[in-house]
Amino acid sequence: MTGVLSVVLWLPVAGALILLGIPRDRIRALRSTALAVALLELAATIWAGAAVDLARTGTLQLVERVPWIPSIGISYHLGADGVSLPLVALTALLVVLCIVYSWRIETRVKDYMILLLLLETGLVGVFLALDLFLFYVFWEVSLVPMYFLIGIWGGAHRGYAAMKFFLYTLAGSLAMLLGILVVYLHASPRTFDLVDLIARRPLAHDLPLAVLAFWGFFLGFAVKVPLFPFHTWLPDAYAEAPTAGSVLLAGVLSKLGAYGFIRIVLPLLPDAFRQLAGLVAVLAVIGAVYGALVALAQTDLKRMIAYSSIGHLGYVMLGVAAAAAAGGSGALADAATKALAGATLQMLAHGIITGALFLIAGVLADGQARTGNLAEFGGLWARVPVFAAAAFVAMLASLGLPGLMGFVAEFLIFLGAYQVFPVLTVLALVGVVLTVVYFLWAIYRLFFGPLNQRWAALPDLDGRERWVLAPLCGLMVIVGMYPGPLVAVINATVANILGLVR
Amino acid sequence: MNLGLIAPELWLGLLGLGLLLVEMITGSESKRVVGWIGAAGLALALVPSWGLLGQPARLMFGGAYAVDAFAAFFKIVAAVSGILVLLAAMAFFRDRPAEHEGEVYVLIVFMVLGLVAMAAAADLILLFLAIEFVSLISYVLAGSLKADAKSSEAGVKYFFFGAVASATMLYGFSYLYGAGGSTNLYQLGPRLAGLPTPFLVVAAVLVLAGLGFKTSLVPFHQWTPDVYEGAPTPVTALLSVGSKAAAFAALLRVLYVALPPGAWVSVLAVLAAVTMSVGNLLALSQQNIKRMLAYSSIAHAGYMMIGVVALAASPTPMGSGVTAVLYYLLAYVFTNTGAFGVVIAAERLLGSDAIPDYAGFGRRAPLAAFAMTVFMLSLTGIPPTALFWGKLSLFGAALQSGLGWLAVVGILNSALSLYYYLGVVRVMYVQVPADTAPASEGLLTRALLVAAAGATLVLGIYPEPFVRLVQHASLLLRV
Repeated sequence: MTGVLSVVLWLPVAGALILLGIPRDRIRALRSTALAVALLELAATIWAGAAVDLARTGTLQLVERVPWIPSIGISYHLGADGVSLPLVALTALLVVLCIVYSWRIETRVKDYMILLLLLETGLVGVFLALDLFLFYVFWEVSLVPMYFLIGIWGGAHRGYAAMKFFLYTLAGSLAMLLGILVVYLHASPRTFDLVDLIARRPLAHDLPLAVLAFWGFFLGFAVKVPLFPFHTWLPDAYAEAPTAGSVLLAGVLSKLGAYGFIRIVLPLLPDAFRQLAGLVAVLAVIGAVYGALVALAQTDLKRMIAYSSIGHLGYVMLGVAAAAAAGGSGALADAATKALAGATLQMLAHGIITGALFLIAGVLADGQARTGNLAEFGGLWARVPVFAAAAFVAMLASLGLPGLMGFVAEFLIFLGAYQVFPVLTVLALVGVVLTVVYFLWAIYRLFFGPLNQRWAALPDLDGRERWVLAPLCGLMVIVGMYPGPLVAVINATVANILGLVR
Repeated sequence: MNLGLIAPELWLGLLGLGLLLVEMITGSESKRVVGWIGAAGLALALVPSWGLLGQPARLMFGGAYAVDAFAAFFKIVAAVSGILVLLAAMAFFRDRPAEHEGEVYVLIVFMVLGLVAMAAAADLILLFLAIEFVSLISYVLAGSLKADAKSSEAGVKYFFFGAVASATMLYGFSYLYGAGGSTNLYQLGPRLAGLPTPFLVVAAVLVLAGLGFKTSLVPFHQWTPDVYEGAPTPVTALLSVGSKAAAFAALLRVLYVALPPGAWVSVLAVLAAVTMSVGNLLALSQQNIKRMLAYSSIAHAGYMMIGVVALAASPTPMGSGVTAVLYYLLAYVFTNTGAFGVVIAAERLLGSDAIPDYAGFGRRAPLAAFAMTVFMLSLTGIPPTALFWGKLSLFGAALQSGLGWLAVVGILNSALSLYYYLGVVRVMYVQVPADTAPASEGLLTRALLVAAAGATLVLGIYPEPFVRLVQHASLLLRV
């Protein structure tokens, strides 16, 4: 079944080209075409999932490899495994939901939908690329549509937030480019192919140089995650982006960084990563605690979710760092697998949960309430029960309630990381406790207490909003209750990736 | 003597002379005919130039003139930039009666001839004559809008700076001649090899004054913003791509052939770093698009200097400084001429060069705004655009030759430059315009923009054939 991944990758661009041909005033046609393309993309993703050979779970499958710029050693090399394919599916799902949610967008619908689809190709490309160069191209390409989405349809300070987002990420990715070049120039024969490079590991005997390359990749990925102290662009971008932009920023873009650590840094520069894993873990834990503390102080729902993301991604990075630190030793192999599987699952969980949370915040901010200020709400429980139920599920999942998706992931991370970084893991648990506090407090401020009479006429979720939130909440419950199959696939894959390290 | 080897030069000379006649007999209403004939003639010149790419390298005219793939590549670059600039000039002069419209077209063709000679000169005297030929035409072109005070100022300013730079360079040539006893670059090479380093540094810096002036290298850059702003926009475009490319060609030949590598490399490396940083920092606050592009052009001269100093000549394009510079120049021709094409369109539609006046351009002129976005992203170095490849190869060459710090400076500068390049995009798309009436760019401008933006994207998405071309062209003649 070769070619499936190319279909998955280029379908959104094809859709964007179709949209280009539709006149801009035919808003209905534009919306439905975009939705059709996004649904088709989701179907294609599922098709790709069905084409996977389950007997070889964990290895790279559906591989496509065509020379692209042979004189420099660049090929168009795609492949999927149990880490990347679920992330692609997450992307496809969130884009569908974003388009449905964005039915309310009235200005420049054509540009909006085209940018959303181009963004989808950029994101999917990063997950599927197995050539460092291809990876970099999609990495950068995804910045441009996001810049416009924030800059044109964002909130009051959109220009500032969009510019800050682009500048920070570009500075990081240029550092990554240097890292890529260092690896490339020391490979013989020179190639950008990730699989070949991992097999040959050109910097294995030159630790100082490997550490240098590591810093390049580190800066690129750490800004994107974002890891403390590279996070300052995040609250602005998340809070100012239009709701769909926030959903994709938090749901998918933040995964690119962690994915890069897992896909590239861990297998390609294992020794350098092992040496610096402690530092990464410390930054991750600082992020987890700091994010939770700042979230506690927020009055705006969107900003609170933004800071909660910093915390949750801290757990992800703690898991990745633990796996990197333990990678070489046989005794800790099980811990490394658990931590890395947990981190991968947490990426998916965070994508689904935070996506839902931003949609919930969007319903308030874009809908009749026109505000996300938590202090102005109260007693909504009786007024908007469906909305409240969805918010309950998402917030409880986010704080890690057992039985929901977030719990499984965090549990695995802490289980694995504790054997590697016991002190740090305990400190990270402080973040978990704080997360429980601020989410419960947010639930209280939103839904309990006296009803502010301003919201006496606040409508409940309309049909479209229910359709958007139902699949996400459903997934949180299903995966939370029955994580077995997904965890098995992820486990096999991360064991394979960690096998490359040894 | 095989005249076929200088067919492009002969053809360009004939074309220029023929155009002078045509210019005399056409009425003031139909001067565009001159421009069209010039563009078609330059396109024809591509054919013999392309053929020369495959010829074995040799010297002609008693060793004064090089015929090699390197020179042939620059013939192509000069002709292509000439064509693009002629199209831009015809768009510029539409509905803008000017006294010397026809002469501008003719001079652009002659300028291409001068650029071609600069890239092929293998003798100090011939090189000097070629540079002066180009310079004199540039002064006249910069001041060609005689009724416009700013244009006249640009011409005079350019002349005074240029005269000093040329004189300094000639002084530097006298050093080389005095020490080596020859004006031929290929004879100078071995004779200068044993000379003391301080002497070579002084000579290199003096020679650099002239060529650095043409490439807008700091500290020879002061003329750039004023001349770029005052000169007619198509002329600015020609100065920014044509003169720059030919000056880099001359620089590469002089430095690689005549001067033995030594201490001047570190001097140039520092100059490269300073040039990038000065250009980018000063561009940050510019409100006039032509001044912004002037400082940006200074910054790009700095990036390209990375390739000049990265002497490691390994055969892969990612490791060789020369191939990196050639790719960069090719990409820069399309990107920067395109950007000036948008500036010309905006001057006609908005009547302004001020960046804030571009507000709403994205809705008023979607094609021009989209093309400008492509050019700005390319100038920043974001894939999949042409200059991304250029930058990648430059940084690769720097790393390869142990100049990692220079690559880091380049990266920091690229990140910095995003701010002002994206600033233009932001104004066009994000800011709310005062006037939203649609505005048409005109057919000619559209064609120019589509060609330039298309080439910028093709060079970014499928660089393979162009990588091979520059790889081939970087084998400049060594005796």
